Amino acid sequence: MQKQSVFTSRSLPWLLIAPQMLIVLVFFYWPAAQAVWQSFLLQDAFGLSTTFIWFENYSDLLADPDYFAAVVRTFVFAAAIGVSSLSAALLLAVMADKPLRGVGVYRTLLIWPYAVAPPVVGVLWLFMLNPSLGVLAHGLRAMGLDWNPLLNGNQAALLIILASAWKQISYNFLFFLAGLQGIPKSVHEAAAIDGARPVRRFWTITFPLLTPTIFFLIVINVVYAFFDTFGIIDTMTRGGPAKATETLVYKVYSDGLLGGNLGSSAAQSVILMGIVIVLTAIQFRFVERKVTY
Amino acid sequence: MANVTLRNVRKTYSGGVEAIKGVDLAIGDGQFCVLVGPSGCGKSTLLRMVAGLETITAGEIDIGGRVVNQVEPADRDIAMVFQNYALYPHMSVYNNMAYGLRNRGMAKPEIDQRVREAARILEIGAMLDRKPKQLSGGQRQRVAMGRAIVRQPKVFLFDEPLSNLDAKLRIAMRVEIRKLQRRLGTTSIYVTHDQLEAMTLADVLVVMNGGVVEQIGNPLDIYQKPATTFVAAFIGAPPMNLTPFAPGEYGLAVPGGAGGILGVRPEDLTLTTGPAPEGGVRYDLIVEAIERVGAETFVYGARDGARPEPAAVSGKPGELPPGEIIVRLPGQAAPAVGERIVAAAPRDKLHVFAADGRSRLDS
Repeated sequence: MQKQSVFTSRSLPWLLIAPQMLIVLVFFYWPAAQAVWQSFLLQDAFGLSTTFIWFENYSDLLADPDYFAAVVRTFVFAAAIGVSSLSAALLLAVMADKPLRGVGVYRTLLIWPYAVAPPVVGVLWLFMLNPSLGVLAHGLRAMGLDWNPLLNGNQAALLIILASAWKQISYNFLFFLAGLQGIPKSVHEAAAIDGARPVRRFWTITFPLLTPTIFFLIVINVVYAFFDTFGIIDTMTRGGPAKATETLVYKVYSDGLLGGNLGSSAAQSVILMGIVIVLTAIQFRFVERKVTY
Repeated sequence: MANVTLRNVRKTYSGGVEAIKGVDLAIGDGQFCVLVGPSGCGKSTLLRMVAGLETITAGEIDIGGRVVNQVEPADRDIAMVFQNYALYPHMSVYNNMAYGLRNRGMAKPEIDQRVREAARILEIGAMLDRKPKQLSGGQRQRVAMGRAIVRQPKVFLFDEPLSNLDAKLRIAMRVEIRKLQRRLGTTSIYVTHDQLEAMTLADVLVVMNGGVVEQIGNPLDIYQKPATTFVAAFIGAPPMNLTPFAPGEYGLAVPGGAGGILGVRPEDLTLTTGPAPEGGVRYDLIVEAIERVGAETFVYGARDGARPEPAAVSGKPGELPPGEIIVRLPGQAAPAVGERIVAAAPRDKLHVFAADGRSRLDS
């Protein structure tokens, strides 16, 4: 059955979608078009004159080893955040799927971190791991570890990954739990009777049946690691030390707003926009044929 | 090949609800035992306890001479067919059947041989590479059966395996299950709420109600001599007519001089014009409805005159509203709605129960 509304006047449908279209135009298409236009321009240091330079901003970027490093760093961050938060969330969801006493409380508590804004997450982890104030940092140093993320780039990166992954666990947990609950209980029971022990049952039954959820979450987590970690990076390290935690999104901000290189910053955001479009396309294709097994 | 014995088996849930209130049951080697009863009577719970999917609160379950109370489902040497089939959706038909054998570390050639043999028996050889999603309900049912038989277990457990099929297929599969079980000679326990399925499949029929066994026996014995009014009403379609009687009525002597409940199967009533046969019953009825099903016709009549106390025979599933009597007539000839008729049954066709319906008074 096809749902179809019939309008007698030709202008009414346009009028009805106008508010939505207006918002999309003003807040998405216009800035996006501005960014594309900006990426073709070069501004002098005082902002007095601009020159149209075609693709020079892009070719400069691609030749810039700093930019290349940021690309690699972003992908490494995304992979590390995705793997750690997905596996932690899956473990928690498998535990929470069991009929335990007080399981409702447990589930609710696991969902709470999702309600915490990224900058707040950054501040929380900073407090715990700050070399001079942090409780955990104190413990780490007591164990003989030279913990100083303010100077050590790898430690700073680890800090960002840890905080970002922690924040995303709740979201992944929700989807994994829903996915687990979507597997009929009798399938587990049949496997138990078929002689599969719990671990084998997980890898041969549960995990394959969760692949649609896992795939969906990989896309979501990559998008998250690419874009939504901005707040965490900004509060914790501001991209430092020595750009060790500067991801593509943070580089757009620091080059454009802090460095004043608007043309290059715009070119970078256009590239990021392209990445988002590709990821969204993958996700839509996937959502269309949800069940892959 | 095994006997299955249940000794005073009980199940109490953590909330204090008693689902199984002490069941004793002995199933001989190779027998087909059917547990039948209305929904919520505990039959599925009992089956799941045999499978090891539910814990046993008290009592013992013994499979092939070994008490299995603390044994994992995998180690009980049973196979189960689930109501929703519970096929592994991501595996092909072949892998669905091979999964249990692989888990037990069987050699590949033997797995292959067993799966192909099962597929041949069940006529699903052409579908081995398909996924469950691509199969019809009947085919899925066969795969579920195949998964059970490749294991060659001691006991088959069936949890309402046919209830998701349409009526025609259900009858066909019912016959097939019976033939297959005879051929393999595997002890089987089968749960159903369908009394016709129960009657046709069972060597041993167990009628359950409210967590207790009402009667155990050969299906025809149960049909001919139901032990309680519950069994009388549950086994047989349409159900047995049950009417209360006063002390001394119909010349029936009840110990203690109390009244009781009189049962007559619809097929044992005949239309007559004369008086009641010696020691038998006679109902004066007004025809309220007619059901013609071809080979037979069911006449629903309301008893003329005083209706019995509603409380006397009500509140049990499958029983008729008080005062209603069903008469089964062969063929298609039937009285008209609103007509007055007289139905009667001789003494030897009557079933006499105590007033509480819990025991049978005639042998």
